[in-house]
Amino acid sequence: MTTTADRVEREVHQLDRVTIRFAGDSGDGMQLTGTQFTRTAAVFGNDISTFPDYPAEIRAPAGSLPGVSGFQISFSASDIHTPGDAPDVLVAMNPAALKTNVGELPAGGAVIVNSDAFTPQNLNKAAYAANPLTDGSLKQYTVFEVPISTLNARSLDGLDMTSKQVDLTKNFFALGLMFWLYERSMDPTLRWIDEKFGGRAVVAEANRRALKAGYAYGETTEMFHTTYRVPKAKLAPGTYRNITGNEATALGFLTASKLAGRPLFYGSYPITPASDILHQLSAYKSFGVRSFQAEDEIAAMGATIGAAYGGALALTGTSGPGLALKSEAMGLAVMTELPMVIVNVQRAGPSTGMPTKVEQADLFQVMYGRNGESPMPVLAPATPGECFSLAIEASRIALKYMTPVTYLSDAFVANGAEPWKVPSLDELPDISVANAVRGEGTFLPYSRDPQTLARPWAVPGTAGLEHRIGGLEKADGLGNVSYDPENHHRMSLLRAEKVARIANDIPPLEVFGAERGDLLIIGWGSTFGVLRSAAERLVADGRSVAHVHLRYLNPFPANTGEVLSRYRTVLVPEINLGQLAFMLRGTYLVDAIRYNRMRGKPFRISEIVDEAMRLLEATPR
Amino acid sequence: MTAETTQPIAPLALTRKDFVSDQEVRWCPGCGDYSILAQTQKVMPDFGVPRENIVFISGIGCSGRLPYYMNTFGFHSIHGRAPTLATGLKLARPELMVWVITGDGDALSIGGNHFLHTMRRNVDFTMVMHNNRIYGLTKGQTSPTSEFGKRTKSTPMGSVDRPIMPLTIALAAEATFVARTVDTHTEHLQATLEAGGRHRGASYIEVLQNCNIFNDGAWRDFTDRDVRDDRMLLLEHGKPMVFGKARDRGIRLRGLHPEAVTIGEGGVTEADLLVHDAHAEDPYLALILSRMFWPDFPVPVGVLRDVDRPTHSDLVESQIAAAIEKSGEGDLATVLLAGETWTVE
Repeated sequence: MTTTADRVEREVHQLDRVTIRFAGDSGDGMQLTGTQFTRTAAVFGNDISTFPDYPAEIRAPAGSLPGVSGFQISFSASDIHTPGDAPDVLVAMNPAALKTNVGELPAGGAVIVNSDAFTPQNLNKAAYAANPLTDGSLKQYTVFEVPISTLNARSLDGLDMTSKQVDLTKNFFALGLMFWLYERSMDPTLRWIDEKFGGRAVVAEANRRALKAGYAYGETTEMFHTTYRVPKAKLAPGTYRNITGNEATALGFLTASKLAGRPLFYGSYPITPASDILHQLSAYKSFGVRSFQAEDEIAAMGATIGAAYGGALALTGTSGPGLALKSEAMGLAVMTELPMVIVNVQRAGPSTGMPTKVEQADLFQVMYGRNGESPMPVLAPATPGECFSLAIEASRIALKYMTPVTYLSDAFVANGAEPWKVPSLDELPDISVANAVRGEGTFLPYSRDPQTLARPWAVPGTAGLEHRIGGLEKADGLGNVSYDPENHHRMSLLRAEKVARIANDIPPLEVFGAERGDLLIIGWGSTFGVLRSAAERLVADGRSVAHVHLRYLNPFPANTGEVLSRYRTVLVPEINLGQLAFMLRGTYLVDAIRYNRMRGKPFRISEIVDEAMRLLEATPR
Repeated sequence: MTAETTQPIAPLALTRKDFVSDQEVRWCPGCGDYSILAQTQKVMPDFGVPRENIVFISGIGCSGRLPYYMNTFGFHSIHGRAPTLATGLKLARPELMVWVITGDGDALSIGGNHFLHTMRRNVDFTMVMHNNRIYGLTKGQTSPTSEFGKRTKSTPMGSVDRPIMPLTIALAAEATFVARTVDTHTEHLQATLEAGGRHRGASYIEVLQNCNIFNDGAWRDFTDRDVRDDRMLLLEHGKPMVFGKARDRGIRLRGLHPEAVTIGEGGVTEADLLVHDAHAEDPYLALILSRMFWPDFPVPVGVLRDVDRPTHSDLVESQIAAAIEKSGEGDLATVLLAGETWTVE
């Protein structure tokens, strides 16, 4: 911490919220730097929201524009929903990082650059004709030029390391400087260094020295006249941890298997941005998790069906291109009415698209991307933390209704992090269901529960229940192959009705803002934070605006049509070209207005506010 | 693994009839599949496994119907994917006896990838591949085992694709049990099914099967009763490779190449012949046998390879057991609180 003498010289500004973006080469460790800052802010008690934004290439050429990796964190003294529209501070480790990020920095923002990296060669790689640090092009910002590489190397003097190894620690110098600037303790990161590099004394020492040198630089140099203080946020009482969406997804399904009393099966093929779920579940062997890296997406889906047939809580995970390959087998899951969850962590498409970037354009794919009438429930988590509860909910629906369920995450919610209140296990629902057992008379594998229309789960090994199922149409009740025309019509209706009835078993839409009025903003998935923040601003401004968020996209909550009817204008912002809007129009005959941007990035709060204002003004009362 | 899994194994007195389902068998009259079904039903009681613990999983094609006719658990899945369902099922329920029923198109064409990978993983199931060298259900197109130049509806001027040898592929894919048999050789078929069913691990059985509608006489040149002794080589572990009506012909190795010889000619004695070793850990002999085919050689039938390796689910279960032994059964509350936590009052 700063000394008393320093405090006299320096101002401390108290702020409600700060957004920092760390940007550097993909080899510069920006994701780690951001994660460390996040943990520290979270442990301190701020509300946080993060946005890692990294290239798909493992290592694009060093110093190049495509190789820039960024991590944005917003930390706050009050409840926040997004990682911020724009950073207040940009930490740029090289010219390419400056060039790709500075455009989003508002005038008056602060830029901290590693001035050592602004060599003619690097400037050339970033396609800068002149050095931006000297040509006046940054004059609207407060620029701090710090020779990070040189200072860091000096602090590591005497350690038995190559200059390349030394250079790899400069991100911790930058981190230390930011810790000082925002009055953060270095302790969580120092503990992390001990845990991570405990066995490698030199590396641990180097990282410790780099971190402390950055901190000390802030403290001793005359460059910074102000430090900033963001007090703790008022969060609900409880025990918290920091969690990403993919982590919460894995933990949610692990918990669901416990709540269901069935071991978890996870069959998957590696694909960005879903692979983390495979990695995490593979580490839970002591829970009896059977994780399976399949030879391809189709095999992962087939194995998931096999595991569901065998009585496990069966799960597969992928992203859009993988889901395309799974489609035929997903149809088999619908036809055989077996319970399982299919996770799709959406990314920008079509085809390979932009694998690390966010998009919501797979809604039609999961709704309609199979042959025949193939209804499947669809759920979408709104926030990283909610991935946990929605994983349990997806499992509950799958088991209770004997149906495959799609869980539609995306790259933003999957990689983003926020503080998560750890639930106590006794507050979670019992989602267990019984296997079918031998009864009187002929066993009917396609008989149905009168309320849920679920068929019996007759797992192999149950004497007296030997039966045959498959992808061919089934005779109602008996389950034998049937080409009877009326039977096919009846079975098609039954499959649809079974999914439709779930609407009575899920929470109704909750309205934020005006109960009725001028404008309803309705969205789904990871746009929640931005849309809610926009609605908060509009409501605070006295506008007749409301926001509702769909976590269930098939079936829609029972009150959806009624809620839509209470507003003069309905705005549907989506990171696609209007898929939910199309479904709402088709389902409720509502004149839903679309707002669509496909940039591989989350919306900005300001653009939603602007669009809402435009609509409010265009349709006077 | 689920709450109520298998019943205790009581002494079983099941017969073939117990394995016949109530479904009417619907293959073309004269199809080789009838024989495969009959021998499968016949051999089932010998395993002493309760019906409810047996699962037949099939893909698409004429062979795909077989599970409907077995009074066990059955799953008629989609084209080529039966091995994937079997993999998931065995991971969830290692104690079940699983049979995968497939065809040359199902296993080698659309499902080729799963064929390779389930074999290399040694998933504990028995795959019975009905090989009729044609697409039957779709009414007569060329298959991965059809002869080069074969004229079919989809190849009116002859197929330009070379056929593949299923046994070679199974061996290359590290299958631990590889065998070939013939639909009409019922005793041999039954014995091969029994050996495959008893093997722990991935068993692959190629059944040379006739499609009397779209590819009649597919294997006739060497399987017909009057020629088969001279044109097929019956493999028996530990025995010299002798064939021929008069038991006077044999296979010996010349350099890297097998050679059909006549005992007594040119000084050849039985001692010069290859002795079959189905249990050899290395695959060389089995690979040589897998490449031998009529008319260059008598066609080997029987078990080419039968070796012991831990099965896929053995390995998975042992990792789970090791993880529990090391750190105890997973505790959910601990995992939920993993990493750095903080408390808000």
